[in-house]
Amino acid sequence: MGQEIPPLITLDNAGLFRSRRWLVRGVSLSVGAGEILTLIGPNGSGKSTTAKMALGIVNPDEGSAHRRKELKVRYVPQKVSIDWTVPLKVRRLMNLTGRVSRNEADEAMSLTGTLHLADSEVRTLSGGEFQRVLLARAIAFKPELLVLDEPVQGVDYNGEIEMYELIRKIRDDLQCGVLLISHDLHIVMAATDRVICLNGHVCCCGTPKTVASSQEYRDLFGDRAASGLAFYEHHHDHHHLSDGKVISKDGSVDEDENPSEGVSVKKFEHSVELNGVDSNVG
Amino acid sequence: MLDDFFSRALIAGVGVALVAGPLGCYIVWRRLAYFGDTLSHAALLGVALALLFQVNITLSVFLVSVFASLALVLLQRRITLSADALLGLLAHSALAVGMVALSFMSWVRVDLMGFLFGDILAVTPFDIAVIWGGGLFVLLILVIFWQSLFAATVNLELAQAEGMKPEQANIIFMMLMAAVIAISMKIVGVLLITSMLIFPAAIARRFASGPEQMALIAALVGIIAVFGGLYGSLQWDTPAGPSIVVAASSFFILTVIPTASFQIFKNSQPERPETK
Repeated sequence: MGQEIPPLITLDNAGLFRSRRWLVRGVSLSVGAGEILTLIGPNGSGKSTTAKMALGIVNPDEGSAHRRKELKVRYVPQKVSIDWTVPLKVRRLMNLTGRVSRNEADEAMSLTGTLHLADSEVRTLSGGEFQRVLLARAIAFKPELLVLDEPVQGVDYNGEIEMYELIRKIRDDLQCGVLLISHDLHIVMAATDRVICLNGHVCCCGTPKTVASSQEYRDLFGDRAASGLAFYEHHHDHHHLSDGKVISKDGSVDEDENPSEGVSVKKFEHSVELNGVDSNVG
Repeated sequence: MLDDFFSRALIAGVGVALVAGPLGCYIVWRRLAYFGDTLSHAALLGVALALLFQVNITLSVFLVSVFASLALVLLQRRITLSADALLGLLAHSALAVGMVALSFMSWVRVDLMGFLFGDILAVTPFDIAVIWGGGLFVLLILVIFWQSLFAATVNLELAQAEGMKPEQANIIFMMLMAAVIAISMKIVGVLLITSMLIFPAAIARRFASGPEQMALIAALVGIIAVFGGLYGSLQWDTPAGPSIVVAASSFFILTVIPTASFQIFKNSQPERPETK
């Protein structure tokens, strides 16, 4: 295909040292146009720190971070608190760091279902509404790179799937790169191209399938998490005991070999289709 | 018109109000009220140094204020102490050093009261030129950097990620603060400068639905306070600087009372009996 298109952002062996410890170290990643990269990992594993290094909010203490020149970036931080002394309506927030036309703003707000909030004060919004407003602000600008730090926090389960659908659609429409941070180890967006699993360092990376089946990932999160990865329609609510009995999340063991209740059968039936991984748990 | 001391006072006061209002909004939004106090305390050290080295007082106050703000930025990076504690340290160190320096200069007779409370009725045409020239310059810079400064106020990391250069904006903001302190010291005095920054913004918050609107309303409120205070001081023969602040605080109380009493009234209303 001729010359290669350089990635939008690149981290090369980057690490950040704060308060006498490495928050994260040895991270290499790159996001290209039209690509979705998901960062997962436990709390304190350095996901947000990695995103901040990639965005240039902090400079890595070792390794390097590169962004393409004049890159149009929009960032949805994990937590934004707006002081109540600032009179700020949603419509004004849309233009916070760059001018977008009224049409573009309206379009982005209707995509995220927040158009009816356009004239509301930002501080009156609920957590989920605010999250969607921040996403609307980010996409209204039509960025080349979208960085989303836990965009589904405070969003209920259905909202989570809708949000992931929306992110996929945005990626398809704008052909922008997406760096997505997820706190949920179970559910990774199905449309994600690559997953990087962090735990103070890059623990493993690759397509959702390779990560899910990698030993490092299982060591870190256990087989249960692995089986859920990328199958974002499914949630697990049970283990299997060594004798094949089912133990639910609440700890109750299903003693009945042949559950007579149709509900309970239905409840567990999806365990079969998940690569058979969780039947090994014991 | 400039021959009349009262007109000169009005013109100077309006000039200060115009620039203190918008800048005061940032003081309120960023919760920096104590920062204004610190700079004004440091201003007294600036006065002492100006007298010692025989330089222009406004310039010296500006430089000392800039130095104090930079010291704050550096200390915040180095020392794990909360911002308010650092501001307290800086404010009182600067104030004390200023007083000690003044006491050494036995040959200088300083009217300390004049610096603490200002003397708006003694402004010269040259002072007016400094206030309006400096003030318009400050406003121009503020307008140019408005977007990045506002973005940095809402969320620093977001502004940084999206190329708004918030650190640069913050340093410019501190310079502007220092400039405002320097040019308005003579009008309201060191002790009352902070009130010219905070009162108009606090009053404007109640009426504003957007940040730019709040800045404009704050400037307007400041002008009203200047007129009210100066005419009041003429009427009742009270000190001019403090009278302006009294006018501003009366304004503030007026805007608070109606809703407060309204809410008490609302709460005391008997609840409608529920029908099942």
